[in-house]
Amino acid sequence: MRHDGRERVLAQIRQSLGRTGAKPLQPLPGAGPRPAYEGDVVEHFVAKMREKAATVEPLNSLADVGAAVQRFLDQMHAPPRLRAARALTDIAWPESLQVEHGAARREDVSSVTPCFAALAESGGIVTLSGPDTPSTLNFVPDNHIVLVYATQVQRHLEDVWALWRASGRPMPRTLNIISGPSRTADIEQTIQLGAHGPRRLHILLLHG
Amino acid sequence: MHAPTTTFAQRVSVAILDKRLQAALDHASGGFLKKRAALVEALPEFEALRERARDIKDHVLANLDTYLERYEAEVKRQGGHVHWAATAEDAREIILAICRKANAKTITKGKSMVSEEIGLNEALEAAGHEVIETDLGEYIIQLAKEPPSHIIVPAVHKTKAQVGDLFDLHHRPLGYTKHLTEVSEMVNEARQVLRGHYFRADVGITGGNFLVAETGSSIIVTNEGNGDLTQSLARVHIVTSGIERVVPTLDDATTFLRLLARSATGQETETYTTLSTGPKRAGDLDGPEEYHVVLVDNGRSKMLGGAFREMLRCIRCGACLNHCPVYTSIGGHAYGWVYPGPMGSVLTPLINGIDKAYDLPNACTLNGRCQTVCPVKIPLPGLLREIRRQQFEQGITPGVIRVALEAWAVLARRAGLYHRLMRFSIPLLSRLGRRRGSLGWLPLAGGWTDTRDLPAPQGRTFQQAWKAQRGARR
Repeated sequence: MRHDGRERVLAQIRQSLGRTGAKPLQPLPGAGPRPAYEGDVVEHFVAKMREKAATVEPLNSLADVGAAVQRFLDQMHAPPRLRAARALTDIAWPESLQVEHGAARREDVSSVTPCFAALAESGGIVTLSGPDTPSTLNFVPDNHIVLVYATQVQRHLEDVWALWRASGRPMPRTLNIISGPSRTADIEQTIQLGAHGPRRLHILLLHG
Repeated sequence: MHAPTTTFAQRVSVAILDKRLQAALDHASGGFLKKRAALVEALPEFEALRERARDIKDHVLANLDTYLERYEAEVKRQGGHVHWAATAEDAREIILAICRKANAKTITKGKSMVSEEIGLNEALEAAGHEVIETDLGEYIIQLAKEPPSHIIVPAVHKTKAQVGDLFDLHHRPLGYTKHLTEVSEMVNEARQVLRGHYFRADVGITGGNFLVAETGSSIIVTNEGNGDLTQSLARVHIVTSGIERVVPTLDDATTFLRLLARSATGQETETYTTLSTGPKRAGDLDGPEEYHVVLVDNGRSKMLGGAFREMLRCIRCGACLNHCPVYTSIGGHAYGWVYPGPMGSVLTPLINGIDKAYDLPNACTLNGRCQTVCPVKIPLPGLLREIRRQQFEQGITPGVIRVALEAWAVLARRAGLYHRLMRFSIPLLSRLGRRRGSLGWLPLAGGWTDTRDLPAPQGRTFQQAWKAQRGARR
């Protein structure tokens, strides 16, 4: 194996660019266009998520979350077990639900997570991985339930990046933008939900 | 490179006569075209996004060394490793060494065209690793032992019935005995089988659509979520990416994300957009312990210097394939290597040698639809013409075609001679084809008239018709 790959590649790049060393960088001025759209961002977010086969349930307060999760699991005929992100500390879970924390395991059917932000532009929830928000909760279970505060909804993806920069948080191992349940069209372009990730994405939208 | 054992003409003949393939191609390209067109129509900013994307790419390419160094520094700061592979062989060696060190038995893979380009699966399997493609389309063609026929939908040529047969063959030994006929059942069975592999995998390999210099992140987009399971559940995550995929900032990546899904699958966004930055952090409960990025050059840094720099803007969306009358008639396998369609007809000769893939740039009608839909405005027909010119200059163009082109050049540069010849031959051809209105045979053009008729000229040359019309108008 050649151990001087870095030098070889950089030297060839510089030769092709007609110089021998690095050149001071002038950043590209201007910014990319943002798709304009009218109306309320939260309504737009809800419409876009539903367009992408997610379900959205508006709630009035955090106190309603436990019962809403229970209702959703019942509707889906899912077992009354839940893997919840530890970050969700203020939720009173119904006694009938068995709630565990930690990373997802293969046998987990349902999970509940918070999000860092939500994106109205094309519809998506944005999550950051961390000790209290393991990213496998977003991908392993069949049912992924996400808690979104209406105030978290951002108009454009650039606004999400700005929010992250302003938060002062380091870049996590993974940042996920999730726009609906997992899907595939790899067999005869027939759209089928639940390819590898969750079969259902259910959003609990908290107003106020 | 994996060298095809048949000629381009042979592969085209097989493809044109394959009724199943033709039906699959018609069905797929029609769907993509309609969905893309509807989304482009709904986004007034689409053209401005294309222009911005082109400008970002041009800016990055002019400063590629600096952006790669910035990206590398940021990945290292986040605890990741960056490896530079000058050639495909170097890339394979680097990845093999990482897998060896990790004592990897099972390796899961998300979709990566670069890994196809460097022939990674064959190398890993030869070294005794079990490799499992996890994108459903890639998984299907891996079971069929075929290369992808499309860069976005690799199993586009496979019918539902063929997939059912493949699953019979490969899933029976695992205890799945039911013969499947419905897409939903097939997706579900593949989901169950692949679940086992994700949780068992030692190494997960994914591609990288974009590398962000600002944060040291690699970005992938998928609809299935397979890339995320691949990289979150394995102990080691390896990203393979071309050196041209770096972008300066998250905002710049956003411009490309808006273009990519719309151009590729006719979606506003793919279901999962994932940024990966380094290995698991202190306290994290999941994620890989090691994070490696393998930057693959394989001819790209040379491309940067010549007439083909613009090709490095390519984001591998596949829109040029879907809109190409040649690709949609012959499918991806006829192109003989991993990159098909217009982008492949430029890339394949540039990576493997313009003498190795003579036919590809010549099997193009220069209709220009690829350039019209390219989200980063690559002048594909112009680049294909430039390869043809270089092939001619280097004496790669076959003798008969050379002689014909040289004869044409002599004629086309002498207006008087050209007009005299036309005034003689046009009325002649017109008389020969008068009865049928077309000509079924022409001297020296049997290959062309074997399968089609030449409409007979109307009796006058263009110059004569033009003069007559101007005379009539006055």
